[in-house]
Amino acid sequence: MDAFHLAQINSARLRAPLTDPSMAEFVEGLTLMNQLADRSPGFVWRLEGENGDGTIARPDDPSRIYTLSVWETPEHLRAYAYQSEHLDYLRRRREWFHPNGTEAALVLWWIPAGTIPTMRQGISRLGRLRAGGPTPDAFTFRQMFPAPEPAAR
Amino acid sequence: MTTPEDLRDLDAVASLADPVRRRAYETVAAAGGGAVGRDEVAQALGAGRTLAAFHLDKLVAAGLLEVSYARRSGRTGPGAGRPAKLYRLAEGEHAVSVPPRAYRAAAELLAEALEQSGAEEALYEVARRHGSGGPARSDVSELLTEHGYAPAAEGPERIVLRNCPFHRLAEQFPPLICGMNLAMVDGLLTGSGLEGEWAARMDAAPGRCCVTISKK
Repeated sequence: MDAFHLAQINSARLRAPLTDPSMAEFVEGLTLMNQLADRSPGFVWRLEGENGDGTIARPDDPSRIYTLSVWETPEHLRAYAYQSEHLDYLRRRREWFHPNGTEAALVLWWIPAGTIPTMRQGISRLGRLRAGGPTPDAFTFRQMFPAPEPAAR
Repeated sequence: MTTPEDLRDLDAVASLADPVRRRAYETVAAAGGGAVGRDEVAQALGAGRTLAAFHLDKLVAAGLLEVSYARRSGRTGPGAGRPAKLYRLAEGEHAVSVPPRAYRAAAELLAEALEQSGAEEALYEVARRHGSGGPARSDVSELLTEHGYAPAAEGPERIVLRNCPFHRLAEQFPPLICGMNLAMVDGLLTGSGLEGEWAARMDAAPGRCCVTISKK
């Protein structure tokens, strides 16, 4: 087994509350895409959140939602995100989300296999990417960094 | 045109100047990502195996094809024979520009700016309009081939596209570029008068274009 897995956090700002009719197709898609993630090759873990729909709202700004998940490799996450039905939801993201502007919305980082990240860690990695650009601790699909070498025994 | 990479690109493109070799390349390319043996290529060229192998190996040396070995009959062990040498398209892309131009770099900047400003819909609209500018057509495969796609029928009702004309850019900006591509194919069908018969939809899967076309 690989010593490191890939963690990702993704952030979006909703155009309307999830209960609004304009968001119905997105909400419907959440269930389907969570099910797809759960059965996708290389899927390890995702934060289900209080609603159980995998979206975690920021307490001080409920229009800001996050998803947090862990995958065996970047290729597994890429296959789920961009080479499955999920891509069509991404294509339609402006129907439901505000543009992110220059703020990075997705960050990737390596975690020891068998551990899971916390929301606080995820938001902190997003902050690192926004502040300093891609580094081995906080990177993107466009600029990847290899997993750390396993510690010598 | 003097860096080692430039020269490799030039060699790769120049290796296709020979018409027989170009046909050998096209035969392998027609298999999408699939592997093709010497015999199939020889047959397509109407030439002997030795000549086919000569051209195929030149294409490998130029970086356009990759080699793999497999026992095609599925037999193993003694008596199964030597594994056949098979050829498939190499991953790399080669472009030569004289004088030097960097349109891909410009495309990446434009794509990033579009995403940041949330102007995806504007891009889709432009793509749809440009796609729909052509004359009326009756053959959907011909229409798609002319626009750089590699259509392959999967039964009478469905066409997949084995080539993504925007591959590198689509890898970097999947939702944006695949959305543009869908709008463009949609526009092609509308402009050619085929939209009553065929519909394009986003249907992403590994190893092929994110768009498929289905009978209505």
